[in-house]
Amino acid sequence: MTLDGAPIEALPGDTVAAAVLAHSGKAFRTTAHETPRAAYCMMGVCFECLLEIDGKANVQGCMTVAEDGMVVRRQNGLRRLNGDTDE
Amino acid sequence: MSTKTSDITVIGGGVVGLSVAIGLLRAGNRVTVLDGADGDPRASQGNFGLVWLQGKGASYAPYAHLTSEAVSGWPEFASLIEDLSGVNLSLDQSGGYEFFTEEAEFRDFAADLKQQQQFLGNHFSFETIQGDDLRRSHPQIGAGVVGATFSALDGHVNPLRLLKALKQAVAALGGEIVNDAHVTDVSGGSSGFDFSLRSGAHHGADRVVLAAGLGAATLAERLGFQTRVRPQRGELLITEKLSERLPFLSSTIRQTDEGGLQIGGTKADAGYDDSETLDVMAGLAQHAVTVLPTLHDLRVVRAWGALRVMSPDGHPVYARSSTLPGAYLVTCHSGVTLAPFHGGALAQWIDDTTDAPNLGAFDEDRFTLSPAA
Repeated sequence: MTLDGAPIEALPGDTVAAAVLAHSGKAFRTTAHETPRAAYCMMGVCFECLLEIDGKANVQGCMTVAEDGMVVRRQNGLRRLNGDTDE
Repeated sequence: MSTKTSDITVIGGGVVGLSVAIGLLRAGNRVTVLDGADGDPRASQGNFGLVWLQGKGASYAPYAHLTSEAVSGWPEFASLIEDLSGVNLSLDQSGGYEFFTEEAEFRDFAADLKQQQQFLGNHFSFETIQGDDLRRSHPQIGAGVVGATFSALDGHVNPLRLLKALKQAVAALGGEIVNDAHVTDVSGGSSGFDFSLRSGAHHGADRVVLAAGLGAATLAERLGFQTRVRPQRGELLITEKLSERLPFLSSTIRQTDEGGLQIGGTKADAGYDDSETLDVMAGLAQHAVTVLPTLHDLRVVRAWGALRVMSPDGHPVYARSSTLPGAYLVTCHSGVTLAPFHGGALAQWIDDTTDAPNLGAFDEDRFTLSPAA
């Protein structure tokens, strides 16, 4: 799959959050106040791992199993009304 | 057991009770606020934050005037509270819409506003906008909207920060707030009032303002008041946050300053049950998408029910107890909108000064007179 356009790999059964963490360990997104956030609880509770997955914003990366060909993007700022995030 | 006496005790630490306390403190009184338990119905923690004039008092001129004055007093009141508390209330009074999907409701509400306009003269103005005209200026409005009314005087604040700010303002003015002080009983006599708290403690005061929202349902009778408030449930949705600002504020869809949308406005008689229901939540979501179809893929992240405080006719009640002098009842549905009045001139009425406003139109004697008339 790709993260911000660059290819990354995941093992079968990995969540998207696990794959992104293993790939770089860097922030997944920034908040409305531009502070960085990355996956924290890894069990669907804290909502820190939000990513844009296959064009859909604010998806919980830790609750989404990675699949071949997924297009994943980090989110900078809040989502927009049409579903995109600010770039 | 501890018995403590202060000049005046306010029962109720919500938006109404705290605002009244601020007015009394500014007038020079010593004030104690008894706030209830966490599990008590708390309209101040579940509301929509509207500072709203449209439609208020359309059938009752005194309420139209009271609301109009409170709305125009909001900028000054907000500055006062922000200065005292250091909390930003995010007051925005740049105008608000009511959107309609039924022609008959649109016509009826426009007629109400015309009546309100006659009461208020040049203190109120509104527009009625047909759906197609609305879509020319706001192309994103859905085809299911048959029309809207707009008043440039309407607005909103951040309701939870308002509650926090009012608490801090009471403290800054030297008032005392007692938390977890649910009053189970109250008695009064020539030597003042005695309140029994659920903890077993007692609290005494020379005078008392009952501003306990739905808590007044049981305590009003003990203080000699005949007003019986009742709960009316409203349900609310909160969506994920958006980076752009919605092009409008409406009484059913507002965007918080943090970016999330609050969608609400339902009314149901469900007793003291404040749970949310699937069909009403679905109806709210449908309403929002009808008004603004681009919201269709926005996620709802929280939902709740909360109980409005309704007097028999829906208008505020400001009453002095006829059997227990020194006891006052303050109850209303629109505690946010009316906060500048509660935190201002109402204190003169409680203290019965020569410049006190005449609140005879809000006395509870109207509930005994009207059914017989």
